[in-house]
Amino acid sequence: MTRITELPVEERVLPGNRACAGCGLGIGLRAVAKALEGRAVLTVPASCLTVLGGMYPVTSVQMPWVNCAFPSTAAVATGIAAGLRATGRGEELTVLAMAGDGGTGDIGIQALSGAAERNDDLIYLCYDNEAYMNTGTQRSGSTPVGARTTTTWTGKRENPKDVPRIMEAHRVPYVAVTSAAFPTDVYDKVAKARSMRGLRYLHMHTSCPSGWGFDPALSVRLGKAAVECGIVILYEVEHGAFRLTGRSAALAKAGGALKPVDEYLAAQSRFRGLDAQAKAAIQAWVDERWTEALERHARGK
Amino acid sequence: MTVRILTGNESAAWGARLARVQVVAAYPITPQSPVVETISAWVQAGELPAEFIAVESEHSAMSVCIGASTAGARTFTATSSNGLAYMTEQIWWAAGARLPIVMCVANRSLAAPWNVLNDQQDSMSVRDAGWIQLHCRDNQEILDTVVQAYRIAERLNLPVMVCYDGFLLSHTAMPVEVPTPEAVDAFLPPRPAPLQVIDPADPRNIGPVVIADRRRDAGGVLRGGYMELRAAHHEALLSALDVVAETADEWERSTGRSTGGLVVQHRLDDAEVVLVAAGSLVTQLTLVADGLRDRGVAVGVLGIRCYRPFPVEALRERLSGVRAALVFDKALSYGYAGPIAADLRAALYGVDGAPAVYGAVCGLGGREVTPEALTDAALSALADARAGVRERAVAWVGRLSEEVSR
Repeated sequence: MTRITELPVEERVLPGNRACAGCGLGIGLRAVAKALEGRAVLTVPASCLTVLGGMYPVTSVQMPWVNCAFPSTAAVATGIAAGLRATGRGEELTVLAMAGDGGTGDIGIQALSGAAERNDDLIYLCYDNEAYMNTGTQRSGSTPVGARTTTTWTGKRENPKDVPRIMEAHRVPYVAVTSAAFPTDVYDKVAKARSMRGLRYLHMHTSCPSGWGFDPALSVRLGKAAVECGIVILYEVEHGAFRLTGRSAALAKAGGALKPVDEYLAAQSRFRGLDAQAKAAIQAWVDERWTEALERHARGK
Repeated sequence: MTVRILTGNESAAWGARLARVQVVAAYPITPQSPVVETISAWVQAGELPAEFIAVESEHSAMSVCIGASTAGARTFTATSSNGLAYMTEQIWWAAGARLPIVMCVANRSLAAPWNVLNDQQDSMSVRDAGWIQLHCRDNQEILDTVVQAYRIAERLNLPVMVCYDGFLLSHTAMPVEVPTPEAVDAFLPPRPAPLQVIDPADPRNIGPVVIADRRRDAGGVLRGGYMELRAAHHEALLSALDVVAETADEWERSTGRSTGGLVVQHRLDDAEVVLVAAGSLVTQLTLVADGLRDRGVAVGVLGIRCYRPFPVEALRERLSGVRAALVFDKALSYGYAGPIAADLRAALYGVDGAPAVYGAVCGLGGREVTPEALTDAALSALADARAGVRERAVAWVGRLSEEVSR
């Protein structure tokens, strides 16, 4: 695993951009850009990342960037990859599609599923801040149960959909879950994905101070807490081989004990008002997924 | 040059092949499907060195074209009807992003209710999106227009929609002169570099948020806002009037065949009534006009090949001194009028000596349009014109009015 002191020093995400204070996406994007070493073209739908990228005629990210319509991300990426191949530039650049959780698992899932079924040659990275944050914190398919959003005022009633597992079902060469709170985990997974061909899917958990309701100074701490309590599990599935990575692997090695979810939930205003029964249900959901992950880790698939 | 017996769909595929398209996105829909089936077979046989991407929806078909065109490739797709409606968001995107994509539309009605047959409601419904829209009268025009469309698109950085009537042309075979690849290569050079190049050494944020106001860039230069970009797009589209006409002239010089331009005209001399339409109906109307001329009735035909941009000056000039223009629309702006009729009326408003403009709707959902019905409609228009009628309700041609329960 790459150490933080070993990351390339060159910065391609400039300071002073339009991301909110404490934005997990901003932290994660820095690591993503370092792993790509500038040899990539991004395509980005309407999302927080669009805002981070800046408004015409200035931009904050020093990589070629193609904006696209909300449902179209994976298909536009497919087109860019095909267009580069057709014009003799296929080996020059990695195509990175980067969309939020709504843009990926909700409105973008048709195009993503198509690209995955075709095993198109691109990296698709979903940054998951667990709601439509750019439009003001409306619930998405990725919003956790119990979370209050501007369209679930008393808390969302449903569990989030598991998009990485949906991608696994397409049997693409690489599926990985990472967290912006662990930039070296992000870096290693993007670097590995970059060395492969075909459809590579990364799911990056990104903490969101404004949408989740916590102090921006605690953004990395919240992101780490999500992993330490098992809400987010860091893993990768490479050609069908499953393994836990980073902090999740370390937790497994130490016997598999997780922190209870209560502390993580209590740190965010979106979970205010959850009663003991609701918290127990979340804990049960976490335990079930973690047990399954430990079993898969032991089995190696 | 070789003469082949081709359907309209095959003619479209041949146009794309001769244009040496580099990326083709394909999703099936009747009556367009044989276009991409034909191209798929050529790509698999190694006869056409293109990336062929069988996508999972029309929305993605246009999205792939957008991505590939942004990367600098010459791109092609085809659709019809609800497929066009489904990709509407990307129709607007392709135009606003100023991408020279060429797409064939085998014109078909829109649901509900389901109907797979021809009218022109699909392409008419996206006429305001900022694409150039060219309509074809026959299969020869389809092939010629697809090739011309790339030349036009790449000169102006605008997408072009090549429209032809579903089944009436898409599935009807007729002799088509297929030019040699050398002749087409001489006419159509490789695609020039895109307006904005994907280049890590000079990274650009392509298609970002543009606010209402002007803003200074990093070098202090004042750049336009959204409205300035839209105005530039509109002006590019207006300049297409010249480019479409010039391209037709260049095509004639390269291949010896005169195809297209903005409008086509037939027996306009001394015409009292001029029949106006787009697509295969123009071919049909020339026969109707010939029949009426044989009976001593002074009728001419004006076919609209270029519907967007709308050739206002050409129409004003051709219709000057005519009593009435009778427009046959295979589409309807529901609650108002046929789109071509409404556009023509607006184009002629306030022009001295302008004809009365009558609208007629025909052929919706594949309803047969007979020469007899067209002839009757023309004679009725002539009678009204001679009686000095200026305003008339939309006429329905071929609509059953008796013994029909809805």
